[in-house]
Amino acid sequence: MEHRGLGWPRLPRLLELLAALAVQALRASAIAAASPDLRLWPMPLSVQTTPRVLHLSPDNFVFSHSPTSKAGPSCSLLQEAFRRYYDYIFGFYKWHHGSADLRVGVELKQLQVSVVLDPECDTFPKISSDESYTLLVRGPVASLTANRVWGVLRGLETFSQLIYQDFYGTFTVNESNIVDSPRFPHRGILIDTSRHFLSVKSIFKTLDAMAFNKFNVLHWHIVDDPSFPYQSVTFPGLSKKGSYSSSHVYTPNDVRMVIEYARLRGIRIVPEFDSPGHTQSWGEGQKDLLTPCYNGKEPSGAFGPINPIWNTTYSFLSKFFKEISTVFPDEFIHLGGDEVDFDCWASNPEIQDFMRDKGFGRDFKKLESFYMQAVLDMISAINKNSIVWQEVFDDASKLMPGPVIQVWKVEDYTQEQSKVTEAGFPVILSAPWYLDWISYGQDWKHYYAVDPLSFEGSQEQKKLVIGGEACLWGEYVDATNLSPRLWPRASAVGERLWSHKDVRGLEDAYRRLTIHRCRMLRRGIAAEPVFTGYCDHEDRM
Amino acid sequence: MAGSTLWFSLLLAAAFAGRATALWPWPQYIQTSERRYTIFPYSFQFQYHVSSAAQVGCSVLDEAFQRYRELLFGSVSFHFPQPMGKWHTSEKNSLAILVVTPGCDQFPSLESVENYTLTVNDEQCLLLSETVWGALRGLETFSQLVWRSPEGTFYINKTEIEDFPRFPHRGLLLDTSRHYLPLASILDTLDVMAYNKFNVFHWHLVDDSSFPYESFTFPDLTKKGSYNPATHIYTAQDVKEVIEYARLRGIRVLAEFDTPGHTLSWGPGVPGLLTPCYSGSHPSGTFGPVNPALNNTYEFMSTFFLEISSVFPDFYLHLGGDEVDFTCWKSNPDIQAFMKKKGFGEDFKKLESFYIQKLLDIVSAYGKGYVVWQEVFDNKVKVQPDTVIQVWREEMPVRYMKEMELVTRAGFRALLSAPWYLNHITYGPDWKKIYMVEPLAFEGSPEQNALVIGGEACMWGEYVDSTNLVPRLWPRAGAVAERLWSNKMVTNLDFAYKRLAHFRCELLRRGVQAQPLSVGYCDMEFEQT
Repeated sequence: MEHRGLGWPRLPRLLELLAALAVQALRASAIAAASPDLRLWPMPLSVQTTPRVLHLSPDNFVFSHSPTSKAGPSCSLLQEAFRRYYDYIFGFYKWHHGSADLRVGVELKQLQVSVVLDPECDTFPKISSDESYTLLVRGPVASLTANRVWGVLRGLETFSQLIYQDFYGTFTVNESNIVDSPRFPHRGILIDTSRHFLSVKSIFKTLDAMAFNKFNVLHWHIVDDPSFPYQSVTFPGLSKKGSYSSSHVYTPNDVRMVIEYARLRGIRIVPEFDSPGHTQSWGEGQKDLLTPCYNGKEPSGAFGPINPIWNTTYSFLSKFFKEISTVFPDEFIHLGGDEVDFDCWASNPEIQDFMRDKGFGRDFKKLESFYMQAVLDMISAINKNSIVWQEVFDDASKLMPGPVIQVWKVEDYTQEQSKVTEAGFPVILSAPWYLDWISYGQDWKHYYAVDPLSFEGSQEQKKLVIGGEACLWGEYVDATNLSPRLWPRASAVGERLWSHKDVRGLEDAYRRLTIHRCRMLRRGIAAEPVFTGYCDHEDRM
Repeated sequence: MAGSTLWFSLLLAAAFAGRATALWPWPQYIQTSERRYTIFPYSFQFQYHVSSAAQVGCSVLDEAFQRYRELLFGSVSFHFPQPMGKWHTSEKNSLAILVVTPGCDQFPSLESVENYTLTVNDEQCLLLSETVWGALRGLETFSQLVWRSPEGTFYINKTEIEDFPRFPHRGLLLDTSRHYLPLASILDTLDVMAYNKFNVFHWHLVDDSSFPYESFTFPDLTKKGSYNPATHIYTAQDVKEVIEYARLRGIRVLAEFDTPGHTLSWGPGVPGLLTPCYSGSHPSGTFGPVNPALNNTYEFMSTFFLEISSVFPDFYLHLGGDEVDFTCWKSNPDIQAFMKKKGFGEDFKKLESFYIQKLLDIVSAYGKGYVVWQEVFDNKVKVQPDTVIQVWREEMPVRYMKEMELVTRAGFRALLSAPWYLNHITYGPDWKKIYMVEPLAFEGSPEQNALVIGGEACMWGEYVDSTNLVPRLWPRAGAVAERLWSNKMVTNLDFAYKRLAHFRCELLRRGVQAQPLSVGYCDMEFEQT
């Protein structure tokens, strides 16, 4: 099969970006052992605070655009963000008091936001989006400077975390100087809406909390064996017959709303349509897509993975992914490719013939690779990049350059990272961050202790690690327990992927995480406790 | 009950693979058929049978009728016109409740009779029970029997149920010290307990971390020992509300004030109560368990438990007694001198016994019975024969079933909790392990078996507060509930899974944030607020 290779030329650009980020990280040496009363999560690259405090009054304080900013009031992404962060900072206060006199001292009246380059107000965030920012908190006007709106969003979150109420309830912030940018450009959360359906509201909540933790990718594992909730315009039968019920679906409008809600928070939506395995639910609405399994000479009535030998399979997938590529604006589509069960393929006489014709022998990995390469090429042809689970790399004798490999198997995952990067493929790490695996006690410490670059390999290899994802698979998770299971455990991953690699002191992390958890609680996220203790406002959830 | 009858009823219900199989916990005896009756929400009523000892004005049942009406039909407006004409045999417009023994204003107790029979056939629709508590259990069962067709019509199948609990003490422990739980969380939990036929709320009120119970005799306890004396406390009014809310659901409130260990939060409010620990010849500034060598300690306890005995109406108090750390006592010269004077040698268990015995004397003088954690038994504290021992340690000093054997052989009543620490979480369907525990699976005589009064699911609070309490509790605690209510032979996991999954969806429908058992969905999912 001809390799169109549209994915390949994109890769060097990605590498350039990563190299640039690495330089940045070296230049601004992290002040990791920052002042003990810092309440920030994740820790910025460089923080300088002074004991000099400024006070804020809910009635006087405003977010504004700097006269030199490339963005102005027409940038609705920023206008929305200003409103949101005003609420996060003062909302609770307004609720319970009216207005209060500001006590003596210097007042902080404004945060002036300045976007230096083309702001990208109306675009979607990308893997290469610049999220760096600098924040200078001085009275009476503080300034937040960033190249793009994405950096402004991250800086607003940091600014909101700097503000606290002093002993008398006055909103207070220390004079500070912060320079910040992420360590990795891909910082994701995986949710699984197939094992259990999650309402759009639940997804919104998750996106809110992601922004509080500077995550920037929602990996939406939207369909799988148990159900197909994605409503396809081209193939409406898929969700009609493959969803749990007609109320357990995401309409095109739902999907649009999720994408826009995420965009406004600087979060990418990477949809996953996993194949050829994990596709039982596709079979309901799409006849002759799955492989009929055989019991001896007779079809058993059961079905296996997608049938890789029929042309109809590929014409279906081509149409389907064409729709996906227009519905989801992100440049990446996740194609899955994990855990393909070969038993059913092996039982099917037609497939056996095909294997013989192709000279695959009894090696079903070759058949798997044949299928995956075809789908990968399909995606390249529609100008998108692919992410796949590690098996696609593991099972291929020689995978064509292009896809990003997501490492998920916990056994020897550092070795896997070495192998994949040695072969020149970019990597997303998930193996140590399967948050659906719960255990008693403070397991966040394990997630936190991981370093994504702890594998053996050259500097070039390390640069290929574009980030990681915390995965919350849905076998035992739905809207009833999603939030407390994700937060603040995923926050540990959030800091690992954002902050400098030297930010790893557990004691300080515990202190900040506890504060951060209370902050999420105050903002309406049912984040579970880190350990024994309390939050001031927990009874108002 | 004969096993064959039970199996017959199991098979029978399974054969009608739909409606009756939805029950949780499974009743002792059930017969259902495909014959069904229509229920019209607008006209349906719970009614006191003319010969019932309880009549209108019976708070427990009057309120229960309202609750179950709402659970069954939602808050539908009742102003709709009633269907005209006379009732057909295929319709049921009321459930008659007949309570034999009078009494609506008392509190439930360990001895309360919870038996009931429920008869739904052509002739009648009757709930018969010895007491109002049995009627509450029967109403819950009734509410689980009513089902709704896809078109929205309510039905109940022809059914005959004879039911009673296997164990009289079916408890759930909540810990409000490690994390404060808002009053609403506690009340909501009591509701779900009633859905599961639990009947004891073991309230682990205070511990090392905080002292949220507001004592009117010693207000400094909360003032100085709570997380926040304005918000993170239970006022006398809160406690009253919990007790009454529980009573109306046939649930006892077993209050625990754990001593002499687990008392760090008592210290700030009662100077001199805790043992000062020593580092060499100087106080180290830290404190240990309650100081058992001072008379003041016993005077304090005497006054404090006088209050507790009057605030909590249940006959039993839980006095704790677990995990006493001896190192601080050992370090303190005054305690050393006291040990010498008493002739305890180096045996601090004797000192612990000394304390516990004095405490037990105080509490029995107030006419209360008591429950204690197993260490009190393990450390050979001399206790009165009617003491209830709660077995909580899985492995030490012996496997918990061995411990059950030892406790009952010594003639004490036992409560089982060791395998039911629900705060311990693991990946996957751990409810199965919880479910398969057999509380009487120890070697012992029938007399010993009879001493096992039940068990408790425990939700300790180190990692639990109102953000994750509900999904962590439900439906996992349901597995304990059925084990303690249903017949010993009800152990089939497939049968349990079907019913529990259904029950979980029913909990969602009732607004309870119960987590999923496995992959799947409910018609009415939990809605994020």
